[in-house]
Amino acid sequence: MLLSLQGATVRFGGRAVLDAVDLDVAEHEIVCVLGPSGSGKSTLLRTVAGLQPLDAGRVVLDGQDQAAVPAHKRGVGLMFQDHQLFPQRDVGGNVAFGLRMRGTSRSGQAARVGELLELVGLPGARGRAVASLSGGEQQRVALARALAPRPRLLMLDEPLGQLDRSLRERLVVELRGLFGELGTTVLAVTHDQGEAFALADRVVVMRDGRIAQSGTPLEVWQHPADAFVARFLGFDNVVEATVSAAAADTPWGKVPVPEGAAQGPGTLLVRPAGVRLVAPADGLRCTVAARTFRGTHVAVQLQPEGAPGLEAACALRDAPEPGDVVGVEFDADEIVVLGARSARGPEDHAG
Amino acid sequence: MDLARTEVADGADGAGGAGGAGAVDGTSRDSRGQSAARLGLMVLPVAFFAVFFAYPVAAIVSRGLHGDGGWQPARIWDVATRPDIRHVLWFTTWQALASTALTLLVALPGAYVFARFDFRGKQMLRAVVTVPFVLPTVVVGTAFLALVGRGGLLDELWGVRLDTTVWAILLAHVFFNYAVVVRTVGGLWSQLDPGQEEAARMLGASRLAAWRRVTLPALGPAVAAAALMVFLFTFTSFGVVQILGGPTFSTLEVEIYRQTSEIFDLATAAVLTIVQFVAVGAILAVHAATVRRRETALRLVAPETTARRPRGAGQWTLLAGVLASIAVLLVLPLAVLVQRSLGAPGFGYYRALADDDGGVFLVAPIEAIGNSLEYAFAATAIAVLIGGLAAAALTRRAGRLMRGFDALLMLPLGVSAVTVGFGFLIALDEPPLDLRASWILVPLAQALVGVPFVVRTMLPVLRAVDGRLREAAAVLGASPWRVWREVDLPMVRRALLIAAGFAFAVSLGEFGATVFIARPDNPTLPVAVARLLGRAGDLNYGQAMALSTILMVVCAVALLLLERVRTDRTGEF
Repeated sequence: MLLSLQGATVRFGGRAVLDAVDLDVAEHEIVCVLGPSGSGKSTLLRTVAGLQPLDAGRVVLDGQDQAAVPAHKRGVGLMFQDHQLFPQRDVGGNVAFGLRMRGTSRSGQAARVGELLELVGLPGARGRAVASLSGGEQQRVALARALAPRPRLLMLDEPLGQLDRSLRERLVVELRGLFGELGTTVLAVTHDQGEAFALADRVVVMRDGRIAQSGTPLEVWQHPADAFVARFLGFDNVVEATVSAAAADTPWGKVPVPEGAAQGPGTLLVRPAGVRLVAPADGLRCTVAARTFRGTHVAVQLQPEGAPGLEAACALRDAPEPGDVVGVEFDADEIVVLGARSARGPEDHAG
Repeated sequence: MDLARTEVADGADGAGGAGGAGAVDGTSRDSRGQSAARLGLMVLPVAFFAVFFAYPVAAIVSRGLHGDGGWQPARIWDVATRPDIRHVLWFTTWQALASTALTLLVALPGAYVFARFDFRGKQMLRAVVTVPFVLPTVVVGTAFLALVGRGGLLDELWGVRLDTTVWAILLAHVFFNYAVVVRTVGGLWSQLDPGQEEAARMLGASRLAAWRRVTLPALGPAVAAAALMVFLFTFTSFGVVQILGGPTFSTLEVEIYRQTSEIFDLATAAVLTIVQFVAVGAILAVHAATVRRRETALRLVAPETTARRPRGAGQWTLLAGVLASIAVLLVLPLAVLVQRSLGAPGFGYYRALADDDGGVFLVAPIEAIGNSLEYAFAATAIAVLIGGLAAAALTRRAGRLMRGFDALLMLPLGVSAVTVGFGFLIALDEPPLDLRASWILVPLAQALVGVPFVVRTMLPVLRAVDGRLREAAAVLGASPWRVWREVDLPMVRRALLIAAGFAFAVSLGEFGATVFIARPDNPTLPVAVARLLGRAGDLNYGQAMALSTILMVVCAVALLLLERVRTDRTGEF
């Protein structure tokens, strides 16, 4: 393992911001830590960088405990959330900074700076003032600056957080391609699931200083570990349920579950695509509370009588008007019993 | 440079919560190495203050209250109730109150005009108004002597002499402190959102009622802070009273000097210093509380947006009145000073400065210029070194220890220069630390007075440097020392220059401390001026005017250079 956190704990005034976190990152792996505000993900990066001392646990890089190693000798790169470019230096001066600190020769610096500006798509920007750069350009310069000293581990704090949507979507693809090409080991944190899923080989979801789930983007997306992860990924149809055989007892009535689902009490996720609208008499009676156009589909908010609200996804032409009364049926393929990986038993429940 | 950036702007990721807390809490939980480094930075300033401030103060206390084989705290009472001392205490207090009231009366309309009116030459005038504040007190005294003293302008024109009255002192104090009020109150006034007053008027308040209910309460704390500053400066006034007070009027400061150098009653001087120390401490405590109260949230806007051209006869009259008062009170004394210095044909007084036949000095007065410059350079170097280290150590707000250190650094600013000089005189001229023969004594005392200015100028700038910029440098491989050199230094270079300029001006004009310890054969400019004034004869008088003019020009030039370097609001001065 290139990086290994063992029981890493950080407390601020009695509150554990990182709570006994174990995390491994293998060489050439791109790991993305995903979590809401205050979940401790930025602190995680700061402990690895040596900017935040640990209250307990260890940070191990290349098999060596980093406790006694100050930030500037750890040989890791960190790209800050708002870039933190040095305002009094030009683009070239920023990118060359890390090389200068390592005593690289002038010609070596110049060559490497040219190479990196080329790589991030800003050839010829060397002499420009930092203040004259757009947000996207600043982001590229920050990336070049972090990559220039060839860090063994590159860490990104909300790498695309401040950019507008279209730029973000384009850059995330570019970044993944770039890291794959360079074989860079990356540990990134973000609160944006789209960014995490597009960038990472492996996604780690954090909650209140602990790791809630770890897995490939597909695994996490298909089988959220618990109600928290499911809700964080944007799923709202999450209820307590009791599964017996091929159906579950829920506030919405009997709901079919996939074959081999874990039996007994548990938490059920119904994806919006699994909520089918039918005639009022043929299913659970709901009133349409609102609808939101989502580009490829329409998200319909439904209010059953005496039960939690439901979200359904349907095609634009089929979407009912607010105030309409509809019936609802459930599709077993779009229903997940949380905490259970496909067909395994409840003893595998995570967290 | 983006110095105004807040320290933690986590925005989108409220891990800001976590990251931000990290940046703040982290300060009190540095790794051991960082704490050690900060303590290391503090070593030199603390040692400096211990030896050159705490030790002399302790010597004063012991000289004043320790005798006949024991401590006698009752001496304070004995001295304070002596009729002559009671008179001094009474005069010190009431002239300070009167000066403060008079300054507010004259300067508040000025503050309003500078804040709300736009007129040609305003920038220039603002600089002119500030000049008196950096002028050495000796120059101020001399200038007023030239205006209202024997053979002064008023004497010549109408036979009016004020130098034997308290008015000369009060007017000189107004001259000196005008800028304090205009800068403190006017600075805030210009940033108050006029929209607030407009809102009150839309709700039915008359123009006057809106001002009284909205603007005045917002300005109140700033006015109080300015008034306290003026009170402090006039309470501890030395040079002005020494020159204009004659034998009749004497403040505590002057009395301490008199007891030391004329009556040689060091015990009484020490007791008076302690009394002064306590009084100043009380004023400073009240001031600190007022400043804290001033930090309540006000709606502030850019000053450029609130000023407009005066309209109507009333406003033009106000503007004219303020300009006239500035002309009479601020410009006229300096103009008369220059005119008197040219009183002898062919720059006679200036040429006389080069002769050493007067017998007032062991050397020609002109050599005071060289002495002053040498001392000022040495004092500036010391003040910048000590103040710079202290500011670097204080950059990260943390802990009670650091706050105590901060307060310690501010003490010499409030404790009067005479205290410092007297302390040096009785503490550092005998073993274990005998510096009497060393020229460094004077720069050390001046540096002590200059350090608070350096710290107060640099600290806000250092604190405004985004902490994560330093972290970015550290992660890229910069050691703590290189972080300071590569990130902090480029940003504070300008503040450093301004701080050095202040320290230079302060030490150039420093009188209260220097007069105790400057050696007779090595006078500084202010000391030489005071000595020349102490002698009879037109030639001595003229030479004093000439030397004062030189000193004024040097200080004014230094200030104007600083105003050019200074972006709008670096530091607190």
